[in-house]
Amino acid sequence: MDFIIISLIKTAIVAFVLLTGLAYLQWIERKVLAHIQIRVGPYRVGPHGLLQPLADVIKLITKEGFVPSHVHKLFYFMAPWLAVTLALIPIAVLPFGPLIEVFGHKTFMELTDLRIGVLFVLAVSSVGVYGVALAGWASNNKYSLLGGLRSSAQMISYELPLALAIAAPLLLVNTLSFREIVNAQDGYWLGFIPRWNAIPECVGFIVFLVASFAETNRVPFDLPEAENELVAGFHVEYGSMKFASFFMAEYANMITVACVGTLLFLGGWTPLFPAPYSNAVPVLLLAATGLVLLIAGSAPARKMDKYTFPVVGVISLGLALIFAVSFLVPVVQTILMALFWFTAKVLAILFVFIWIRGTLPRFRYDQLMRFAWTILFPIAMLNLLVTALAVALTSK
Amino acid sequence: MPPLTFPDSVPLSWYLILSAVLFCLGVAGFVYRRNVITVFMSIELMLNAVNLTFITFSYKLKHVDGHIFAFFVMVVAAAEAAVGLAIILTVFKNRHTLLIDEVNSLKW
Amino acid sequence: MTPFFFFILAGFAVFCAISLVSQTHPIASALSLVGVMGALAVLYLQLGAEFLAAAQMIVYAGAIMVLFVFVIMLLNAGAEQEARRVSRLARFVGMFMMAALLGIISFTIQGQFPNMGSVTFGAWVGGTAQEVGMLLFTTYLLPFEITSILILIAIVGAIVLARREV
Repeated sequence: MDFIIISLIKTAIVAFVLLTGLAYLQWIERKVLAHIQIRVGPYRVGPHGLLQPLADVIKLITKEGFVPSHVHKLFYFMAPWLAVTLALIPIAVLPFGPLIEVFGHKTFMELTDLRIGVLFVLAVSSVGVYGVALAGWASNNKYSLLGGLRSSAQMISYELPLALAIAAPLLLVNTLSFREIVNAQDGYWLGFIPRWNAIPECVGFIVFLVASFAETNRVPFDLPEAENELVAGFHVEYGSMKFASFFMAEYANMITVACVGTLLFLGGWTPLFPAPYSNAVPVLLLAATGLVLLIAGSAPARKMDKYTFPVVGVISLGLALIFAVSFLVPVVQTILMALFWFTAKVLAILFVFIWIRGTLPRFRYDQLMRFAWTILFPIAMLNLLVTALAVALTSK
Repeated sequence: MPPLTFPDSVPLSWYLILSAVLFCLGVAGFVYRRNVITVFMSIELMLNAVNLTFITFSYKLKHVDGHIFAFFVMVVAAAEAAVGLAIILTVFKNRHTLLIDEVNSLKW
Repeated sequence: MTPFFFFILAGFAVFCAISLVSQTHPIASALSLVGVMGALAVLYLQLGAEFLAAAQMIVYAGAIMVLFVFVIMLLNAGAEQEARRVSRLARFVGMFMMAALLGIISFTIQGQFPNMGSVTFGAWVGGTAQEVGMLLFTTYLLPFEITSILILIAIVGAIVLARREV
């Protein structure tokens, strides 16, 4: 009974954080893309556009749910539901932190940890191809069908380098469970270099990132769903809530793939420096942000920033204070530090996603497929072979 | 009246019966349907039913060899599906039909 | 809890199998087959075969069935027209004979092997990746290597057969 209540609380927290994170990831993406392109991005809806995701949600929910008459009704409705469900499921097997003890109950900071966690995430992403393929076909539209087929062919082609890139650090840690993979990345070489898998597996990490761009249909591999290609591809016949489902599925896929990359390659929630010094990092970072914002708020470039910058600056200083005094309650410090490092790494990977979206042009479809099969797949296989050779030679 | 308790286990033979049911449904689809792709999918259903039998007996004998055999069945099914679908594509290109009744030019 | 999940999964699997056999449109049949494979994957988990459950979803439901769905979409296979004139009596007798066959098989199984034991979820988890991998690369190494050559032959065959004539 205890277990059920704790699990329900954890599920509620994770679901709430994930859904809010999805909405605000879209805001972050629009702002970062805008600043890369030397413009401002969402600015009017709330201070600096912070209420823009809310406005978008209200718009999408209240739009007329138009169903064209020529679609195959059952699959037309099943496809976005399938895409969203399969995109949100893998978050259940990803751990966010170590063992904590809250009010006498010991629990791990995760929803569950499977012995075959990595295979579960791969399985769910394999079945996730159906959402896209069905959407393209059920719309009964030439452009949708082509877009859906291209997108699903791209997803299954890039699953192979993704799986091989994931298999290489698994050789180093000898387990398929995410929690044990992160536990194996604890500790430091020479006292200060963290034992993250990205350091011996740098090629594998780059292959993983490139393959995950293609798996989530992001630039430079977003030909099947770009607005000016193929009339937006497989979701052209979808409107309002069903269209929102596809975009929620895409952002949830991005978050999942970033979390998996963090857990497999960047050490999960283990900090960058050894423990006592790394507790000062969030404090210093947030305090520096707060001070910079307060100083910049005194002579701002735009009139609104005279009010918004000091408010955010004070909030940052408040957070820095919370991080600083959390050492008084050790369990709170454990939770906060684990969440800080995990979130920092996931946000770094997501920033790389958005940065590349703003910088690179997209591939043509045949270039994309040729890249997968003739360049990325051999590199991934070579990486796996070299890793296997190294493990075989250095094991006892 | 004693409280109604349900055992927390399932007799092993129920898994075998489920596998038999799925296999028979696969045979029914194979014999009855006309579309060649649906016939092919009934074959895959039969292979899946057989996999369930292998894993059930592997549970009973506490041996992992049943899993290995099921794994090989899966791999061979993959190879067969690839080649079979390529053959179906070629036949479709030549005969422009997907119904197995109409690919009968070698009949006497 | 095991009987509860078994009934739900077995019912779903049989429902999807009947749907596979009776649906007119091939895409509906393909999705029913994916449903059967999903139900079977969870049944494998109940029987302690966790690696094989994941492999079933990745390989069978995630790759082979996607191939089927692609071919159906490419060939634009429409709903099958029921032009077969099987009499209702023949269909009824056929179903009765199949039910009788199933009854005979079940009776034989229950009669010949009365003490088969029972399955509880979690009683034996012997199908871990370590166990399967160990067997696959030591005792069954030769079949493994031969299967990889078989897959190579299948790849070459499929590409040659489905190639555009230039």
